Amino acid sequence: MTMFWTIWISVITLGTIAGCWWLLRWTLANKTGVPEGEKLDHEFDGIVEINNQLPKWWTNMFYITMVWGVLYLIAYPGLGSYKGLLGWESSNQDVRSVAEYEAELAKDIAEGNLNEFANSIRLAQEKFDPIFEEYAKTPVEELALNEEAVNVGKRLFLQNCAQCHGSDARGQRGGFPNLTDNDWLYGGSGAKIKETLINGRIGAMPGWLAPFGEQGIKEVVAYTLSLSGREVDSALSTAGKARFMACAACHGMDGKGNQMIGAPNLTDNIWLYGGSERAVTETLNYGRNGVMPAFNETLGENKVHVVAAYVFSLSQ
Amino acid sequence: MKNPHELFEKNVGLLTICVLIAISFGAMAQILPLMFQQQVLEPVKGLKPYTALQMEGRDIYIREGCVGCHSQMIRPFRSETERYGHYSVAGESVWERPFLWGSKRTGPDLARVGGRYSDEWHRVHLINPRNVVPESNMPGYPWLAENVLTGETIARRLEVNKMLGVPYTEEDIAGAKEAVQGKTEMEALIAYLQTLGTYLQ
Repeated sequence: MTMFWTIWISVITLGTIAGCWWLLRWTLANKTGVPEGEKLDHEFDGIVEINNQLPKWWTNMFYITMVWGVLYLIAYPGLGSYKGLLGWESSNQDVRSVAEYEAELAKDIAEGNLNEFANSIRLAQEKFDPIFEEYAKTPVEELALNEEAVNVGKRLFLQNCAQCHGSDARGQRGGFPNLTDNDWLYGGSGAKIKETLINGRIGAMPGWLAPFGEQGIKEVVAYTLSLSGREVDSALSTAGKARFMACAACHGMDGKGNQMIGAPNLTDNIWLYGGSERAVTETLNYGRNGVMPAFNETLGENKVHVVAAYVFSLSQ
Repeated sequence: MKNPHELFEKNVGLLTICVLIAISFGAMAQILPLMFQQQVLEPVKGLKPYTALQMEGRDIYIREGCVGCHSQMIRPFRSETERYGHYSVAGESVWERPFLWGSKRTGPDLARVGGRYSDEWHRVHLINPRNVVPESNMPGYPWLAENVLTGETIARRLEVNKMLGVPYTEEDIAGAKEAVQGKTEMEALIAYLQTLGTYLQ
């Protein structure tokens, strides 16, 4: 802040306090010419005003407030670029990138500056970092047996994951997978769950209405439904099987899917976008695009590890 | 005069003027200097102006009153940064006119909602929030998926922003109508939401 603005702010702020002081003193003097306790020449609808002093408790509070204000301005930043005797700061507001923020934060913590936000981060780091580091040393599969860690993971899950996967982790209609059924799109090992959380996933199923045509879609739908043991028109299904060659590239010849690319298993009667004939037709007609956002930046690797343990524990 | 305060008590115009003068001291000390500070004038590194579609989305956000229930201001408290991400800084809002910081959180803060959910989640959620979050008390906005943008005024809106200092190019403005025409309001709003808070990197 430039000198001009520092002076501007200081003059107005201190001037206002001084002005209040003067106003109070000035008002306390009796300038009406009417002795105290007598009626003023002042009447509305029979209501009269008596010339009374301002109450003592009130004026004293006013004085205390002004003294407090001055003391505050000495101790805390309030007058332009003056930082205050305590050197207190709420947070580093003047940062232009995460790198700048991290540098400032590290500096505040190292120098022990009175920065409210940096302090809260430091306290949290001291308290929680060792716990998460300890958790990170245990493999996900093993950590899933640690009740305390699983509860921590559950908290993080409710905060970050429940919006899509539901607070009971059973997923939602329309492409938000159930995490409790041990059916995995990208693999259910601890390492795979972590990979999903850290990098996110993008699943793409193309639409087949143009290449197959409406009749073709009907056939493939029949065959697809037959894979999980549903009763279908056998003529349609047989015709669909021939067309399924195109689908096999991702879902495999046997329709059991491919976890490398997140192609779902079609034989298990678990449906990401619904298993009704209509829903499967919709999926085949127009394709589907599933996105799992990446959580590495939001949570950091150690917390991802704990969330992975919670997710792993759900299907055990 | 025996009672000088009668001067103010019986003259509302004078009272109003004096009250305004008294209040202006606060504004002059707190608001005016801030308008000239580097901190609020210099954008964060990598800040980009809203595209035409995102700007349409922003105007829909205003029209639907989203700001009434969602703030866009993460305060520098750990309890907030743990949940929402990095606290908001002034450099992110230098081109916001008007800013949509809000002050009411019936729903969560949205300052860093960009990239947090997939486009599809937003679509399902905006049509009926309970389809993905059964506990939600947010109303549904199904008409957004049906209303189609004409793009009649978008170029003018970008021009006004340019006049106020947002670095739009001539091409941005010339191509604005074409960029939004035929898109649904849903697409515009999602495009806007997905950009929120993503530029502080």
